[in-house]
Amino acid sequence: MKLLTGNDLKTGFVTWWTGADWSLHIEDAADVGEAGEAILAVEEAARRVNAPYIIAGEQTADGPRPAHIKDRIRALGPTVRPDLTLKPADPAAGDWVI
Amino acid sequence: MYKYDEYDQQMVDARVAEFADQVKRRLAGEITEDQFKPLRLMNGLYLQLHAYMLRVAVPYGTLDGRQMRMLAHIARKYDRDYGHFTTRQNIQYNWIKLEDAPAILADLASVEMHAIQTSGNCIRNISSDQWAGAAADELTDPRPWAELLRQWSSFHPEFSYLPRKFKIAVIAAEEDRAAMRLHDIGIQIVEKDGVHGAAFYVGGGMGRTPMIAPLIKDFVPLDDLLSYTEACLRVYNRYGRRDNIYKARIKILIHELGADEYRRQVEEEFAHVKSLGIDPPKAEYDRIAAQFAMPSLDLSASDEIDRTDPDFAVWVDQNVAAHKVPGHAIVNISLKPLGGIPGDASSAQIDLMADLAEKFSHDELRVTHAQNIVLPHVRKADLFAIWQALDAADLATPNLDLISDIIACPGLDYCSLANARSIPVAQKIAQRFSDPARQRDLGELKLKISGCINACGHHHAGHIGILGVDRKGTENYQLLLGGSGAEDVSLGTITGPGFDEDGIVDAIERVTDKYLAERTDGERFVDTYRRVGMAPFKEAIYG
Repeated sequence: MKLLTGNDLKTGFVTWWTGADWSLHIEDAADVGEAGEAILAVEEAARRVNAPYIIAGEQTADGPRPAHIKDRIRALGPTVRPDLTLKPADPAAGDWVI
Repeated sequence: MYKYDEYDQQMVDARVAEFADQVKRRLAGEITEDQFKPLRLMNGLYLQLHAYMLRVAVPYGTLDGRQMRMLAHIARKYDRDYGHFTTRQNIQYNWIKLEDAPAILADLASVEMHAIQTSGNCIRNISSDQWAGAAADELTDPRPWAELLRQWSSFHPEFSYLPRKFKIAVIAAEEDRAAMRLHDIGIQIVEKDGVHGAAFYVGGGMGRTPMIAPLIKDFVPLDDLLSYTEACLRVYNRYGRRDNIYKARIKILIHELGADEYRRQVEEEFAHVKSLGIDPPKAEYDRIAAQFAMPSLDLSASDEIDRTDPDFAVWVDQNVAAHKVPGHAIVNISLKPLGGIPGDASSAQIDLMADLAEKFSHDELRVTHAQNIVLPHVRKADLFAIWQALDAADLATPNLDLISDIIACPGLDYCSLANARSIPVAQKIAQRFSDPARQRDLGELKLKISGCINACGHHHAGHIGILGVDRKGTENYQLLLGGSGAEDVSLGTITGPGFDEDGIVDAIERVTDKYLAERTDGERFVDTYRRVGMAPFKEAIYG
């Protein structure tokens, strides 16, 4: 699957294209298929997202998972500060990244 | 400490107002990211993995309690309650909101701080010896010259769009505590026939193509220091490559021209620059230097230290250094607690260090390139009280220059350029060597980790260096041995094939075991490595 990601303009937080809008949670991310470039162009032109790009991912039982560790860290948060991740109470969250 | 005059304050205030307007226009959608990006970078605002990152300049690593407390305030109010002290003697915040950036810069300006020239192809924060003005071995305080260079380089119109970023360090001691020769220009204040001058080393750097700066001129009269620096920059600005980012640093230019030809061109340019009259009158230098005068220390202070508490005694032996004034000492605060993140400090810890500076160190602190903090002017009689306060805040780890005093860049946990994580590796190594007695037995051992080839973690200059790389989508770590950023400067050599995260920790233990087997009395790790060479270590690592 292909995912579209970027950063929120005001906060800089990582965002994921859901098919209709942007979400902070990768669980909401949609497979953009071959439409990624077109969506990216529209969203960037409308200035609803900062520095968007398309990445490879896979659909898992836990939802979409980026192929590259960098984007998995972006999705969750720094591996060395579990208290600052999006799932601070989930002991398995680190395994999802690595 | 240098205090802003009206011109300094006006410049910084004007920049805050300008950037506030730029942010407002960006948030209103009036300018694109492509238009805005160079503007935010000029104010130290990057977009990193999780959010915007703000890099705040700490000129030559010197700041006072009020400024330190403001850094804590920013961490608490605008970030996530911590900051990260960097190898450029700066501080970075990792969770900044764009809409907050103007207010942060205004807060910084209120205490004579800013984020100007902490990014971009300009002259960056001037770095220096963190013990400047206090070190027992220094010739003079190098900071007045660093401050003069700061003023000269701030908004310098000719050097705002150099081929690439440009880093200058100034020291004045034989012991190089600032990695001076790994800077674009390293200036060492020296003495010849009773007169002070400046030795210029130009063309050093780490990154993709590490180089040790060659000596370009052994003695530049101090009256010519600015003119000579300007001549060095002009030759680079004219001939440095702008067509290839990987060949754009001055080290590449000097390597390709040769040091002799570069020197010839600088001398030719200097003859012209000197006629322009840019060097300040002595009165201006004296005005700046007066602000770095030694604080009025208690000259009757005792040299005695009560070493009854064994933990305190260990900390004194490891983290306290000689001061030039009897009865006083330099306190090095380790930001490398076991299991911690190198260089990180919470807002409460930053506040505490500000308190201690105000109470015990004549209101001065320093940030070191090794990502620690220094209280430069402390009475020996106050050391125990300081240690108790630090210990209660997890700031009294006695590991200065030991294997767990690791320099580590933010790596892939935060940095968009990184290929691998640095911090977890640092934590695992610190854990493996957690026994303080074992660390002390190993002695001085500078271990430095970078998460990519850009070398923010100074891996080339580590006695043991680690470089994180991306190997087919997984993190892999190359091991280097024999580097040094000190006066015995050298570049590390890669041992061979890399390792995974656990493998690199095992490899380092095999290296240190081999060192213990091979060392002779008094030899540091790097001394043994230089004596016996790579082969025995390679054998120990790979079999």
